[in-house]
Amino acid sequence: MNDGQIGLVASPLPASPARGEVPSSANGSIAPQAPAHTSPLAGEVGRGVATRWIAALLTVLALLFSITPAFAQTDDATLTTLVNALAPGNFKDREAAAKALGATGDPRAVPVLQTLLDGNLYAAKTTGQVVFLARNGVTDPVTGAAVEGIAKGDTEKVKVNNGLRRGLRTIIGQMTLLSEDRGTRMSAAQSVLRDANPDNLELLNSALSSEADPQIKAVMETARAAIILKTDASVEEKTAAVAALKARGGRDAVTLLTSVLASSPEELKPQIQGAIDALNQTQAAWGVAQNVWYGISLGSVLLLAAIGLAITFGVMGVINMAHGEMVMLGAYTTFTVQEIIRRSFPGMLDYSLAIALPLAFLVTALIGIAIERGIIRWLYGRALETLLATWGLSLILQQAIRTAYGPTNKEVANPSWMSGSFDLGGLSITWNRFWIVIFAIAVFVALLAVLNRTSLGLQMRAVTQNRRMASAMGIRTPFVDAMTFGLGSGIAGLAGVALSQIDNVSPNLGQNYIIDSFMVVVFGGVGNLWGTLVGALSIGIANKFLEPYAGAVVAKILILVLIILFIQRRPRGLFALKGRAVEQ
Amino acid sequence: MTGISRIMAGIGLGVAMTAGALAPLAAHAQEETIKVGILHSLSGTMAISETTLKDTMLFLIDEQNKKGGLLGKKLEAVVVDPASDWPLFAEKARELISVNKVAAVFGCWTSVSRKSVLPVFKELNSILFYPVQYEGEESERNVFYTGAAPNQQAIPAVDYLMNEEGVERWVLAGTDYVYPQTTNKILEQYLKDKGVAAEDIMINYTPFGHSDWQTIVSDIKAFGSAGKKTAVVSTINGDANVPFYKELANQGIKAEDIPVVAFSVGEEELAGFDTAPLVGHLAAWNYFQSVDTPENADFIAKWREFIKNPERVTNDPMEAHVIGFNLWVQAVEKAGTADTDPVLDAIIGLETPNLTGGIAKMLPNHHITKPVLIGEIQADGQFEVVSASDLVPGDAWSDFLPESKPIEADWTAPINCGNYNTETKACGGDVATAQ
Repeated sequence: MNDGQIGLVASPLPASPARGEVPSSANGSIAPQAPAHTSPLAGEVGRGVATRWIAALLTVLALLFSITPAFAQTDDATLTTLVNALAPGNFKDREAAAKALGATGDPRAVPVLQTLLDGNLYAAKTTGQVVFLARNGVTDPVTGAAVEGIAKGDTEKVKVNNGLRRGLRTIIGQMTLLSEDRGTRMSAAQSVLRDANPDNLELLNSALSSEADPQIKAVMETARAAIILKTDASVEEKTAAVAALKARGGRDAVTLLTSVLASSPEELKPQIQGAIDALNQTQAAWGVAQNVWYGISLGSVLLLAAIGLAITFGVMGVINMAHGEMVMLGAYTTFTVQEIIRRSFPGMLDYSLAIALPLAFLVTALIGIAIERGIIRWLYGRALETLLATWGLSLILQQAIRTAYGPTNKEVANPSWMSGSFDLGGLSITWNRFWIVIFAIAVFVALLAVLNRTSLGLQMRAVTQNRRMASAMGIRTPFVDAMTFGLGSGIAGLAGVALSQIDNVSPNLGQNYIIDSFMVVVFGGVGNLWGTLVGALSIGIANKFLEPYAGAVVAKILILVLIILFIQRRPRGLFALKGRAVEQ
Repeated sequence: MTGISRIMAGIGLGVAMTAGALAPLAAHAQEETIKVGILHSLSGTMAISETTLKDTMLFLIDEQNKKGGLLGKKLEAVVVDPASDWPLFAEKARELISVNKVAAVFGCWTSVSRKSVLPVFKELNSILFYPVQYEGEESERNVFYTGAAPNQQAIPAVDYLMNEEGVERWVLAGTDYVYPQTTNKILEQYLKDKGVAAEDIMINYTPFGHSDWQTIVSDIKAFGSAGKKTAVVSTINGDANVPFYKELANQGIKAEDIPVVAFSVGEEELAGFDTAPLVGHLAAWNYFQSVDTPENADFIAKWREFIKNPERVTNDPMEAHVIGFNLWVQAVEKAGTADTDPVLDAIIGLETPNLTGGIAKMLPNHHITKPVLIGEIQADGQFEVVSASDLVPGDAWSDFLPESKPIEADWTAPINCGNYNTETKACGGDVATAQ
């Protein structure tokens, strides 16, 4: 830190368009930038000297002022020395080097630090020179010029670990808190909040005064409150800070308050404890809602896995042990579609699921029809043989996929709109689960429509209710059987597309769901789609309410015991079919 | 034909087919080969991990035959498929030893499969090389443990988190079976000895193949919001890892806030998902593909050529097989025969280079010396080593559990015992018989 040149500007900070000079790091791809200015150093130039304390203070001041219109601009040679210091030594040395680089306040340091944070910074093996690896060769991080004499193979990655990453995020946060780009400023504010370092208070104050965006301002104010609690500010200020944190709410606030509780003055402790308790209570209330959501989400996965079975087993009465493999084939169809898209049309990855859905339905429906025509139709009315034959089939399908695709898990990418989470009140809902719930409902509604509104659905119901009568009325019952089985299998394929987003895509995918699927169908009542819906949701929610108290293992056992007891009381499930069909 | 007779006919057909499939292998039984048994699941749940190990063994045997075989004879691989079915492991082991007359067996992955074959190896006096990290508390005369014991993986990983990341609160999450349970028992005791309070340790078990991690991940998040640095020590096995890491990423848990250190996640497992959101989470192993040594580079190149896939990854249990196989070859050469008893005597004290540098030495307790590496997951699915230790000798009986503290294993004269109690100076004890 001591050899860094620190630029100080005496003037206060007006907001200015020149802030745009700070490179954006929001999208993570940082192009090496040529220096934007060649003007001489503005303001005083202080050479970092003597004790660490003064150095730290200067760092803060430098950071405070460096991103301002009148730029701190370090000369190339000094900056290059500082950048090259990032490579040697251990992680602690690197962090010190990064701090020194950050202390220059030079905007060109930001992409270097960001690249290091992303793990894409390289150093030449022989000279130790730090370089960027661009698509067309090696470039100098300071000047942006191409570097001669170093090939890509002669470089090695500058290693980063979690501690260093934390440090880098803080430094970048400090340097970009006044950035023009909204996303950069937001992440800077979040990283300042994350470590709540009292050194950043002044920087934060000035940033707050010029911040217009209400969301970023809220984050900054939280950060300020968190910092104030750590400093020796007056009790009044701290009281206000506690109130601010309490008003913000959420788990982060609890974390911040808990961490300062022990070190706070005595008169403040009851107030902090009160705030923590109040927040925890709110959290507990939201926790119930969260459990309901988790239950619905688990229920929707069960529903998707079981709904195809509700057709083949529930409506047709075929004990189809290969049902899980239809789900697995749907997932592998998704994988294959993504592979083709990755190779040939990389831009369309976000649409891969939309393309995979109809394909998965077709593939599995056709296989289902083939199974029905080839195997099952010879075994109608012989439950044990059907069970054995389909179980054998499931093993054959698994091994076939294992031979064709290999035994390892396949990577199915989540499209960007299915990654991450969003907050709804005190709930945190992940996008992939959210879309799967929506998808499950859509599939259910579509299936109801097919069964109740189409002529195929009418024929299906007729055949299941009274096969002979339906046949006498001129319905081709073998055709209807094949179509029904194809429909059930196709829906299992659709489920596979959805499950590929949250589970492994491996040959065993289906096995994990087959027991659960039978459980749902039997519990809900064989032959009734609404029963399957209610069954899936109640098993899901019951499971998620038991899990926090009993643990995942015991919760699952309890659910099984409850279902066994329930089936003893009501052998036909929740929604028993009434009428002649039952007797068959 | 009645239903029952049909089933019987089906079973009969299945048996006939299995026997038929094995017949060609048995027919090759000629005098001039030394046979090596490979006991890894090629179907069922564990196929995902074990198939690669079968290929590794075929590769090693092929390499050895290129060098002219062993004792002037060719090596011959006998592959059987125990199908991830634990009792079947014992049956297949018996078949390898008594029917195929193999000199040594390389195999097993889960601890339960190892426990199931132990009596067979004891009874028929053969040799098993077991290549996977495991929970310890065992040392058998007929088994060599080339994977890590807890003191070669779990304890150093916890030390790293404690010292480098300053972790004070711990989540011990695992799959509900013998390896995670025993490892967590050892870790819990170790953490308590280090002064971690009981309320700062959360232990959580999940069933095999658990796929709905919403509740547990949100519990971890809540546990981590107590103002102390929190980390997760994961002994979650196999398939359950993908949904676990996906949920972590989606709920926004970053490695910088709550790092997860895993003992069962290697390069092969990471091949199944997009690792970009997981950068910085950790794994503790004794081998990483990314380690830059000439031995490793050579191994990876030859392996990829053998498997005809330039992208194929390597992992820790593969290295364990390489070490185990090299030690066995040396022991057979030293003993001048592939018979069990001379090889058991000859192998103690033999040395072979680790692929990651340093020397693996077979210790009297049938474990080996290994370096402990802590790696951070990178965006390309590889691990970057952030901490490497000196060679650590494997300790069969954990010193952190009071009941196993006085127990030592030593298969050399005069002790010749897998569970020797140094206090009572007697072989055997409650611990051993309880197993």
